[in-house]
Amino acid sequence: MSEQDILEAAGIEVSFPVGSSLAARLRHQQHLLHAVDGVDLSVRRGEALALVGESGSGKSTLARAIAGIQRANHGQIKLDGKVLPARRRSRADQRRIQMVFQDPYSSLNPRLTVGGILRELLRVHHVVPRDEVESHTRELLRLVGLPEDALQALPRQFSGGQRQRVAIARAIALRPELLVADEPVSALDVSVQATILNLLQELQGELGLTLLFISHNLAVVRHLCDRVAVMYMGRIIEVAQTEELFRNPRHPYTAGLLAAIPRMTARDEEEAPAVRGDPPSPLRLPTGCRFRTRCPIAQPICAERDPALASGDMDPEHSAACHFAWTVQAANAPEAV
Amino acid sequence: MSAVSADPAPAPAPVPPPAVTRVRARRARWYRQPTLMTGLVLLAVIVFMCYGASLLTSFNPDTQNLEQPLLGLGQAGHLLGTDQEGRDTWARLLYGGQVDLRVAFIAVILPFILGTILGSLAGYFGGWADTVIMRIIDIVVAFPFFVLVIALVFVLGTGEKSIYIAITAIGWVSYARITRGEITVAKRQEYVLAAQSGGLSSLRIIGRHLLPNVVTQSIVYAMSDIVQDIIAIVTLSYLGLGIQPPTPDWGTMISAGQNFLTTQWQLTTIPGIAVVITGLALSLIGDGLADLLRTGGS
Amino acid sequence: MSGSLQLEVSDLRVQIAGHQGVVRPIDGVSLEIAPGEAVGLVGESGSGKSMTLKSILGLLPPDAKVTSGSVVFDGTDLTRLSHSRLNKIRGRRIAMIFQEPMSALNPVMRVGNQIAEGPRVHLGMSRAQSVERAMDLMRRVGIPEPERRFRAFPHEFSGGMRQRVMIAMALSCDPELILCDEPTTALDVTIQDQILRLLAQLCHESGTSLMFVTHDLPVVAQVCHKVAVMYAGRIVERGTVSEVFSQPLHPYTLDLLRSAPDIDHPGQSLVPIPGSPPSLTNPPSGCRFHPRCQFAEDDCKVSDPPLRLLEGGRATACLHYERCLDQIGADS
Repeated sequence: MSEQDILEAAGIEVSFPVGSSLAARLRHQQHLLHAVDGVDLSVRRGEALALVGESGSGKSTLARAIAGIQRANHGQIKLDGKVLPARRRSRADQRRIQMVFQDPYSSLNPRLTVGGILRELLRVHHVVPRDEVESHTRELLRLVGLPEDALQALPRQFSGGQRQRVAIARAIALRPELLVADEPVSALDVSVQATILNLLQELQGELGLTLLFISHNLAVVRHLCDRVAVMYMGRIIEVAQTEELFRNPRHPYTAGLLAAIPRMTARDEEEAPAVRGDPPSPLRLPTGCRFRTRCPIAQPICAERDPALASGDMDPEHSAACHFAWTVQAANAPEAV
Repeated sequence: MSAVSADPAPAPAPVPPPAVTRVRARRARWYRQPTLMTGLVLLAVIVFMCYGASLLTSFNPDTQNLEQPLLGLGQAGHLLGTDQEGRDTWARLLYGGQVDLRVAFIAVILPFILGTILGSLAGYFGGWADTVIMRIIDIVVAFPFFVLVIALVFVLGTGEKSIYIAITAIGWVSYARITRGEITVAKRQEYVLAAQSGGLSSLRIIGRHLLPNVVTQSIVYAMSDIVQDIIAIVTLSYLGLGIQPPTPDWGTMISAGQNFLTTQWQLTTIPGIAVVITGLALSLIGDGLADLLRTGGS
Repeated sequence: MSGSLQLEVSDLRVQIAGHQGVVRPIDGVSLEIAPGEAVGLVGESGSGKSMTLKSILGLLPPDAKVTSGSVVFDGTDLTRLSHSRLNKIRGRRIAMIFQEPMSALNPVMRVGNQIAEGPRVHLGMSRAQSVERAMDLMRRVGIPEPERRFRAFPHEFSGGMRQRVMIAMALSCDPELILCDEPTTALDVTIQDQILRLLAQLCHESGTSLMFVTHDLPVVAQVCHKVAVMYAGRIVERGTVSEVFSQPLHPYTLDLLRSAPDIDHPGQSLVPIPGSPPSLTNPPSGCRFHPRCQFAEDDCKVSDPPLRLLEGGRATACLHYERCLDQIGADS
């Protein structure tokens, strides 16, 4: 682990039981759904790291495990070199990682005023001395661009974008070092998304926050983040600096994902879809590489051995989990985007 | 405003929240609910009459006057006549109402509190707490309410305290179920996750964040529950198991008066009507509240 | 231009009586679709785009009514048709695809039967014929093993597959026009890609026209030839996709384009649109966008500009649309 890593997660596994184990055995299925199936991830201090994937990739589950609101079944999370306990984290540790959720309509307690929400956190954690609580809440509102009279208002009086700002104010109230944002703009209108994205960027600079940004929207990711980790069915299958990933994807899934994104200029209609077929059931994963059923360059070896995340010779920052990541020009790679 | 490309966007323009008047408009709507208002007014009248009994009658409900038993309506200054022991019926009706209303109110509050607490714990923590509490609920619910209440009061002995114990011991179940169901769903809301990640204690989360959002269903239920409790208390007293004479109470009045149904019918029927009207008032309140909450008022 | 427009919406206005007053979710919408054309309708939430689609087929909520305007389909005004005659058109000549396939499919009816129902009812096919048609359609939309999947229930399908079922249902009676209400919003990117290509291909093959409602601008670029931008119950701009997206002639369109990150131009800063969408009970005076518009002048507060046709088939509802051209010039 390097000096600059604020967080290091190793071997994280999170599983959920599905139905009864007997029924599952009869159907030759797993009865445990491995939402996160062995993930190693390091987050560097001050960076904006994106966790990208489609539904079922496990990105939200992983984010929650890192934030401490979902218990991991296996693995270890180190914050600044110190191992975090698997079960209950201390209050001091909980302060250091805070989360912003996707749905602005259910992430705020409808019965508490904005001021009430913020004050409670400040008091319970003794973030500032008592006589400074009021001024600190006002400062928080200023940081997120909300007016002072918002303190007396209830969440339902606000629009979606404003609520997300309240949610961000709540998250930074405890002065965390790492902010985990789980699809913070996906539920907002397009024109409002910009406000929140700009705000996150600003706060990162102003407060020296590290940002773990979960999203399925690659345009947003390319705009906002320094590094990207791509997840598929519970694993990280590629990690790279943002521009490197977009220009030179090494895993066929990443390449397919990039090719699938609709662009403002119409595509050639003759091309086949970037990624064909449906994702396999997470309870019945293919042997070997889990992407092989949809992969355009799958070979027999892909059914036998599950590829590990490995980097090529050129760029130690760029790693991919494919047997052919570094040996051939990834067959499905689009031209430099 | 300046042209776009070069400078990065300025800090987002603060947008003031919409006027507070919107919230006030919603709260004012409850005045306009006819069901709720009728119920409230009716109940207010009943409560006022019963607790203002000393203003409405000069008679004492316990004073016996064996020389003037079974007087009819309006005779000798007794508005509703007297019972078989010469006690003024109107006074007994009013003072008895005090007793019944008070007992019913307490008999609803206690199960409400107990049930809500146990239901929250079961719903929030799940696991064995949930299993144990739910199985106890299953057992209690298997018995008909009245059978169990009567049996318990019989065992505990008569009197007001036994009524409270019996009704609480059985009545908490409904509140527990309602609360547990609501909390099981509400705890998955993201604001609860946010509170958890904010390091707040479970007790605080349940008490301050979950319950206020979840308790409305129980309150609506309490309205119909209080009607059931009034009937239970009246029934118990009718059977001689509840409020004991000489304390006036509608149940004992009904029971004592039934022998004179053909001659002084008012002794039995008037208290019965009082029970019905009180029950009606509470039901209207309950319905009105349920409608109000369903349409999203506060 | 020939008079053979498939669908012509003229100055449509819809009203709903709400708690706070009369809401006008659609307040003067005019659109055209030629046969075989794919037209996109974009806007943010509350713009009225979904409602426009629903009002074409008369699927408005019970307290909403069309107060003026017309929806002419092949010579007939749909807003004036009786329920029974409108029903003959629904499903048969105009079909609709919804956003949430799980709630748009009947959960207790087998998928194959749902696809076969249309041909049975509208085309008078026998049971055997409709079953065969359903399986044929399933093959066309790319559902593997149609013989086996025919008897499946919707919950056994993935989101992408369910959407294919919906498309099969929509195509089942060979409609002339398909209305799509955000059909891919709830789908993953890779599945969306498959569905969009499928839709574009099928419409191309059969010459069916398409009206595609979405808030996602690049999606429109993939599927549609023409696009109309909606704001506060009105159309503010119309034109071909390439024209409108590269040279918008309305400040709202311009702002919309600049506020969303473009994956092909990652360095550009995002400029949010200040303020919030206007109330539909009490819209601003004059041009509805003026409180948030960077080019607003005095006359914008007073006069309410209609959608004006410009040359080359474009239309805009801005009095000062040339300012947009200057802006784009400054950008590039």
